[in-house]
Amino acid sequence: MDWVPAIARWVHFMAGIMWVGLLYYFNFVQAAALKAATADGTAAGITKHVAPRALLFFRWSAVVTWLAGAALLGNQFVNAFTLSKGMAGIGVGAWLGTIMLINVWAIIWPNQQKILGLKPATDEEKAKARRVAFLTSRFNTMLSIPLLFFMAAGLTHRAAFGL
Amino acid sequence: MKNPLDSLWGTIICGVLLTAILYFAVKSILS
Repeated sequence: MDWVPAIARWVHFMAGIMWVGLLYYFNFVQAAALKAATADGTAAGITKHVAPRALLFFRWSAVVTWLAGAALLGNQFVNAFTLSKGMAGIGVGAWLGTIMLINVWAIIWPNQQKILGLKPATDEEKAKARRVAFLTSRFNTMLSIPLLFFMAAGLTHRAAFGL
Repeated sequence: MKNPLDSLWGTIICGVLLTAILYFAVKSILS
């Protein structure tokens, strides 16, 4: 047994479940809950106590997922990202995951810092940050659907590609 | 036109459509 890919796959799955699980929590649960909580004046419970913790695990599990995925690809890393030598399926998954990771760190997190008051921002800047973070989070939710298909493609449904 | 990503169903439908598009693209690369 080769331990590096075995452990890399294990870590990739655990961190990936945390990352996408929190992404789905934000989109399927928190967005609607925050709207209702804002209406009855209890939003601070979420924005002060829940969201910062969820975002901490969200952004770092994204990094761990990507690194473990890169370790799992090993010497096939370049072939995956160039969609060559039969690695196009998982390569598309790798590209989608990379785009999602960049979205987390370059767009969602900086805007969430403004929304949560961790970075100074005017009300207008906060409103804009809220919209940008929301749409980017939704965009990542959309990308997670093909991402999971192409991740699984390497393991279970090679037949779908006639392999 | 309303942004489909404003609704959860719109997001899911876009994700499924994107999956189908990428699937056929990858299939043609692999064949």
